[in-house]
Amino acid sequence: MANRNLISRFEEIGIADRPTVGGKGASLGELARAGIRVPSGCVVTTAAFERFLAAVDPAGSIRREIEQLGADDHAACSRVCAEVRTRLESAALPEDLRASISAHYAELYTPAGFDEPGEPVAIRSSATSEDSADASFAGLQDTYLWVRGADSVIEHVRKCWASLYAVESVMYRRRLKLPEQGLAMGVVIQRMIDSRCSGVIFTRSPNTGDRSVVAVEASWGLGSAVVSGEVTPDKYVVGKITGEIMSRTVSCKLRQHRPNAAGAGVIDEEVPVEQQNVPCLSDDELHSLVAIAKRVERHYGCPQDIEWAIARNFPPGENVFLLQSRPETVWAAKDAAPVAAPKGKPFDHVFSLLSGGAGKK
Amino acid sequence: MGVESKSRSFTLPSQIADVPGTEGWQSMYPYYTRFQPEDDQRFWFYNAMHFPEPMPAFDALTAEIPYEALGAFTTRIFAFPTTMGIEHRIVNGRIYITANPVTDPAELQRRLAIFQERAGYYYENWNPIFGEWKVRMENLIHELEAIRVPKLPEFDEAEVVTKTKGLGQNHYIRENFHRTIELFSKMWHHHFEMLMLGYGAYMVFFDFCKKAFPETADQTVARMVAGIDVLMFRPDDELKRLAKLAIEFGVDDLFTADCDAKRVLDEMHGRGDAGNRWLAELDKSREPWFNMSTGDGFYHHHLSWNDDLSVPFAALPRYVEQLRRGESLERPTERLKEERGRIIAEYRELLRSEDERQAFDQMLGLSHLVFPFVENHKFYCEHWFTSLFFKKVKEFGALLVTYGVLADASDVFHLQYVEIESALADVSLAWAGGGKPLGAAHWRPIVEARKCMVERLKEWNPPPALGPIPPQINDPALQMLWGITSETLETWSAKAEAGHENEIVGFAASPGVVEGIARVLRNVNEIGQIREGEILVCPVTAPSWGPVFGKIKAAVSDIGGTMSHAAIVAREYGLPAVVGTGKATQRIKTGQRLRVDGNRGIVWILD
Repeated sequence: MANRNLISRFEEIGIADRPTVGGKGASLGELARAGIRVPSGCVVTTAAFERFLAAVDPAGSIRREIEQLGADDHAACSRVCAEVRTRLESAALPEDLRASISAHYAELYTPAGFDEPGEPVAIRSSATSEDSADASFAGLQDTYLWVRGADSVIEHVRKCWASLYAVESVMYRRRLKLPEQGLAMGVVIQRMIDSRCSGVIFTRSPNTGDRSVVAVEASWGLGSAVVSGEVTPDKYVVGKITGEIMSRTVSCKLRQHRPNAAGAGVIDEEVPVEQQNVPCLSDDELHSLVAIAKRVERHYGCPQDIEWAIARNFPPGENVFLLQSRPETVWAAKDAAPVAAPKGKPFDHVFSLLSGGAGKK
Repeated sequence: MGVESKSRSFTLPSQIADVPGTEGWQSMYPYYTRFQPEDDQRFWFYNAMHFPEPMPAFDALTAEIPYEALGAFTTRIFAFPTTMGIEHRIVNGRIYITANPVTDPAELQRRLAIFQERAGYYYENWNPIFGEWKVRMENLIHELEAIRVPKLPEFDEAEVVTKTKGLGQNHYIRENFHRTIELFSKMWHHHFEMLMLGYGAYMVFFDFCKKAFPETADQTVARMVAGIDVLMFRPDDELKRLAKLAIEFGVDDLFTADCDAKRVLDEMHGRGDAGNRWLAELDKSREPWFNMSTGDGFYHHHLSWNDDLSVPFAALPRYVEQLRRGESLERPTERLKEERGRIIAEYRELLRSEDERQAFDQMLGLSHLVFPFVENHKFYCEHWFTSLFFKKVKEFGALLVTYGVLADASDVFHLQYVEIESALADVSLAWAGGGKPLGAAHWRPIVEARKCMVERLKEWNPPPALGPIPPQINDPALQMLWGITSETLETWSAKAEAGHENEIVGFAASPGVVEGIARVLRNVNEIGQIREGEILVCPVTAPSWGPVFGKIKAAVSDIGGTMSHAAIVAREYGLPAVVGTGKATQRIKTGQRLRVDGNRGIVWILD
């Protein structure tokens, strides 16, 4: 049954809810349900967006106007998009929606009893489209870090929604002649982890596609520095089955992102010199990351591409959080013919190998 | 001994000079082991895995006969399609080998047809054949034990007449010495009868894993293949049993650190019933389990535990101490089995299709089928039989001492086996003719000169390879037995060219990273020098060093592959090991601080 809620907590949703909460939200819900530690959060659903849009534009003129744009008319497109975004970003939310977002935001911190004012969250857009062209929807991957206070949260939710009408996105849709009706997105509101270090995990080798190894990349501070490619992270390769650390490359990590403790947003700064060449992860931390990655992969049944963070203010054993997990796509596309097929007799394999090519047709 | 990068060649055989003071070393070995001028055109590598030391004259037979047998089975009997046999040469006492590949497609096709039929027969009937093999091997061993070295009394036995035997004792010198050598040859033929087929099965599974899991370490694949109950652990288990009994009988106080085997045995006799019971148990263990060479069975001076009780007695105090502390000495076989099962199941699960899983099952199943032979033959052949073989040859040496031809029974190992025959003929003639053998004046100076030469030759650092680097090496046998691939050669030649002074690269044989002090042993007889917590650096790690593995922190060797016994033992003892480094014993000095990374196969010299 379709999710009609305006907002759903992670633990209420799973991967099947993608159409109403978007891929990122659905995946975080799925992880939380599977018992993987993710920062608590909720997703503002597509139903909420539809409700907001209906309130701003009861006549449905926005969608009609965009559908009439020519695929190559960049000038008209820029003008319309700018108008639409201004309209969306300045419109007030319907009161019930506003109240609901505020309540869910407050709830995120209640159980842990955080007493800081304006507890920080990350606001991330969560696209509903299934095709791998997601990345081409510039703007659909918007992420706002260290957002504090209910008003600011609401403002950033609107920004995410408005990003549906970024010029590049709209022109892309026009070129593909995609319908505007039903176009929507989820927005994730998630407690923000102040991470000591963070990075990504591939549950197969990025170099050879080997599924028996786990590759971990790690750098200081928030994961945004790693994902944006601003820093060369430490790299580890660990045997997925044996747990052996097969290689360990400690890089010189020059930049780090960290929350602006005094206010909002993220500071991009130089890593203190004495920390630049220090490995980010202890062996124990590396092993816990690998154990979690194995669980996630097993849960999904295919190799994963995972973002993780180790929280600064949590005790060991409770400080590893996943921020995202999605199926690995690069090697999945290359997985070719089977390495071997069964033969009549087990020792027929010896004959093929030692035939020097004579046995092959 | 560098590598010229232009011509892509190691040192040529013809460029190797004699070691000063060893001129004429060639007289120690048969003419057919000498490098010929045309051998400069071929690629050779030093077989340090089996022959880490210069060969005494007699011991060269432990290359000649095995290569006769190996080649017979690969080239002539099973007709392995891609590989004929191995040729060997000796220079400065070291054995270099090369394989003869088959590349002509028509020839490959012809050999493949024969191979399929004949190898198929063995694979199909593997276990019954292995069952018969064990019986045959035990019979050979008993035959060898029964060989009598004639005493040559003044007057021959009366029963030569009363039982009309019609043969003088001196005839049996010739017959029984021949018989000893013949049995050695038979043993080696049986050794290779199944071995190369066993390696074929391993290669298939390793090849599959390399393709399906390109980054998986060989050692991990080896863990899936290796069985848990193997004979090579048995001698060590016997020591544990004896340690336990010593405590039970109340004679454990005799096993103090650095106790002397002979003194312990003497005192044991004075401990009445308890002492005698323990000694009886010791005798039970000794046959056959102490017929364990301290090496790999290729040198006469690699004594067996039975020949030299100091090796087993070096381990006993430690076991006694551990038992007193309440530690269990049992190998955790159940846990090892479970862990192996888990690894196999998880790799299997990672495969992408049911087809692949079925192929994996077939290949792994075949490896498990052959594993008991591949692992256990070593005890029968290289240890049990060979220990008795050298002992028997030494008895002939003792006969030569009795007649004054040699000064010491062990001197016999400085003669080629054909020279021994000749010396024995001298004795036989003297006994028969009533005269004196002439051998003392002839052989003693030769033996003395050769002893000096072998000592001097130990100082020579043999290059890991000779001759032009082949464009590619894809001989599966070289890869599986010696760990030699094109990459190995690159590593060796890169080493000779640049040489990162502090880094030595080999194969990761057993995981873990440790730091410690190096103890470089070039010869197994130096085993007593190892101190608790040191890192063993040696030409080749032999499995019979098992008890020492309890003492050391890590093992590093010049030569060895992933399925070498050392690797198997190291993995089970949980010690990091790096094998096949080419030159660790030359580059590392005793006392240096090392870091051994058994995950990546790298050794760093930290000093």
